[in-house]
Amino acid sequence: MRLSVRHRTVYAFDAPMRWIVQSHRLTPSVCVSQRTIAWNVAADGGEIGASFVDGAGDAVRTLTIAGPVDRVEVLVEGEVETTDTSGVLRNHREAISPRVYLVPTAATHPDRPLTELAAAAVKGASEDDALGRAHRIAAAVADAIEYAPGATDAHTTAAEALEQGKGVCQDHAHAAIALAHLCGLPARYAVGYLFAGAGEDGVEASHAWAEIFIAGLGWVGFDVANRCCPDDRYIRLGSGRDAREAAPIRGISRGGAVEALDVDVTVSSSPSRSQTQQ
Amino acid sequence: MYDGETLREAYASVDAWVKRTPPEVIAQKQQEAEALFRRIGITFAVYGEGGDVERLIPFDMMPRVFTEREWRKLERGVKQRARALNAFLHDVYHRAEIIRAGVVPADLVYRNEAYEPAVVGIDPPARVYSHIVGIDIVRTGPEEFFVLEDNCRTPSGVSYMLENREIMMRMFPELFRSIRIAPVDDYPEKLRRTLASVAPPKCESEPTCVVLSPGSFNSAYYEHSFLADQMGVELVEGQDLFVQGEFVWMRTTQGPKRVDVIYRRIDDSFLDPLCFRPDSMLGVPGLMNVYRSGGVSICSAPGSGVADDKAVYTYVPEMIRFYLGEQPILKNVQTWKCADPADRMHVLANLKDLVVKEVHGSGGYGMLVGPASTAEQIAAYAERIKAAPDDFIAQPTLSLSTVPTFVDSGLAPRHVDLRPYCLVGREVHLVPGGLTRVAMREGSLVVNSSQGGGVKDTWVLAD
Repeated sequence: MRLSVRHRTVYAFDAPMRWIVQSHRLTPSVCVSQRTIAWNVAADGGEIGASFVDGAGDAVRTLTIAGPVDRVEVLVEGEVETTDTSGVLRNHREAISPRVYLVPTAATHPDRPLTELAAAAVKGASEDDALGRAHRIAAAVADAIEYAPGATDAHTTAAEALEQGKGVCQDHAHAAIALAHLCGLPARYAVGYLFAGAGEDGVEASHAWAEIFIAGLGWVGFDVANRCCPDDRYIRLGSGRDAREAAPIRGISRGGAVEALDVDVTVSSSPSRSQTQQ
Repeated sequence: MYDGETLREAYASVDAWVKRTPPEVIAQKQQEAEALFRRIGITFAVYGEGGDVERLIPFDMMPRVFTEREWRKLERGVKQRARALNAFLHDVYHRAEIIRAGVVPADLVYRNEAYEPAVVGIDPPARVYSHIVGIDIVRTGPEEFFVLEDNCRTPSGVSYMLENREIMMRMFPELFRSIRIAPVDDYPEKLRRTLASVAPPKCESEPTCVVLSPGSFNSAYYEHSFLADQMGVELVEGQDLFVQGEFVWMRTTQGPKRVDVIYRRIDDSFLDPLCFRPDSMLGVPGLMNVYRSGGVSICSAPGSGVADDKAVYTYVPEMIRFYLGEQPILKNVQTWKCADPADRMHVLANLKDLVVKEVHGSGGYGMLVGPASTAEQIAAYAERIKAAPDDFIAQPTLSLSTVPTFVDSGLAPRHVDLRPYCLVGREVHLVPGGLTRVAMREGSLVVNSSQGGGVKDTWVLAD
């Protein structure tokens, strides 16, 4: 599928900021399931530099803006050709050992209800069938945490989301990561875009899911909220141990003003060769 | 100082001086020394105690003395260890051959809280991670040196080494004229050159180095400002630096100045809120991105802490064999890992004879010295071990060497250790001397300044 992305983030400050720094993870991953046709990240008045590929294979860049500045717009536009690999992240170059992703962070820290949910999820499943256990984990989280926008915020932990029984894709991913850890499976947080399909305008096109490491297969994505593995509707940008580490834009500004954030993401499909072949 | 009954050769000249100096002169000199320290302002903040947190570290005028021959062996051993630790750090952030070979367990590295996934695959200049390695060494016999622990992040105390020497030279100029003592005062210049030698490839002129301090409330702030002053570089705090484009810049009265090498004295987790703790106000936002893209060098490199963990320590002799193909010159103290069930049983059954330490602890806090503890203290500590066995290691109580130390009743033997400071840049360098710490209480084996330890000047005699 050929997907077009337009991702606009506007930060507005009620008083001019002295200075802004952002770390961007806004470039599509290089892997079998996606091929970048065109991609551009622009920020008015800013300087993009300090670029590198990190140990997880993500292209990271740095935006700096010297103030005074009261408005920043980061515009990501591009086109990606995607293929369905059933959620398996193939030919993705990365150097970090999967075992690093067995360590919880504050967001994925296990508590007793998460531990009990993990035990219940894989009860009766074969120890040897890691993929089967991962699917059960994803299903258990989907059953335990209802999709409910607004019930949680950016700082909600996996344990808190489970206690509420409500959350969004971030909470689903954190909970799935926590459960996977409890079952001895390395797991991490992946971010990207989702094409929800024509007429699904209300659905958030900026998306997150869990990736679980399966020996022999590698990293496999699990989108708990949609009860599926990522396919050709997904564009992957990067990963981290939790939402904070994986954030497409992580920023800080000095100056003390209140920030208003406006994010607008559209993902649409455009006719492509591969689609006409199907 | 004594081999049985014989005075070790190294101390002969010092002993002669003590014998011909009247006790009242010595007492007066000791007072002068303390007054000098107060005037200079070296004090040490002690955590976990009420009252006066800024305390003067007791300074003992009797120097600790090594012959050149003794020192050469120590020097080879320390440099060997510093090289192996740096090879290990490069390896665990790249191909991890030592883990693949089954020499070091994967979980010890990958699940270690000091392991930083954010720097995997990053190549620091000259492949150096730990640029100042402080290795704590004890002596148990004429030729027997043991390493107690490695400090690969930002070992403190080198300012005491320099100040102790300065004060000794001012008070006893005649001793320094009659005895050939290797100088240590070029340490700051050697440190500056070490830092400059690891400037990033993007730096094309004389590198600008700075010392990054968390600020004046930090217990080692004196040392930060002292070293910056001695090296002739700027002492900065996070707010003095900013990231713009490809580089890190320092605010100066003449406008922004590019910074190439940062000798940081703040912990990894506070370095950059965009990479580590988001609430840190001490660091520089974006610093890690500039570091990882090769625009600035950070000393020690982020992630170096994984090499000085007390559980990783037990593998250092293996690292030396694995990376250098050499036999370790300095020995490790036998260490039981409480994470291991058999070791744990041994430790719990022998607590009264052992020293038990927290794996991630430092500064002598939270340790148990079995022979010096009551039955109640031992029983309480046993419960702590059982509750979190992974957090503890145990070692035998070593019969540490003693050196003569001035106490109220005159000269008396007190236990000491030694921390030499090894500089690792394009070259490896060890200053002939170090920080000798002394347990001022009779029989005590705990030399940490936070636990009432004192310091001495350390002499290496030239042949």
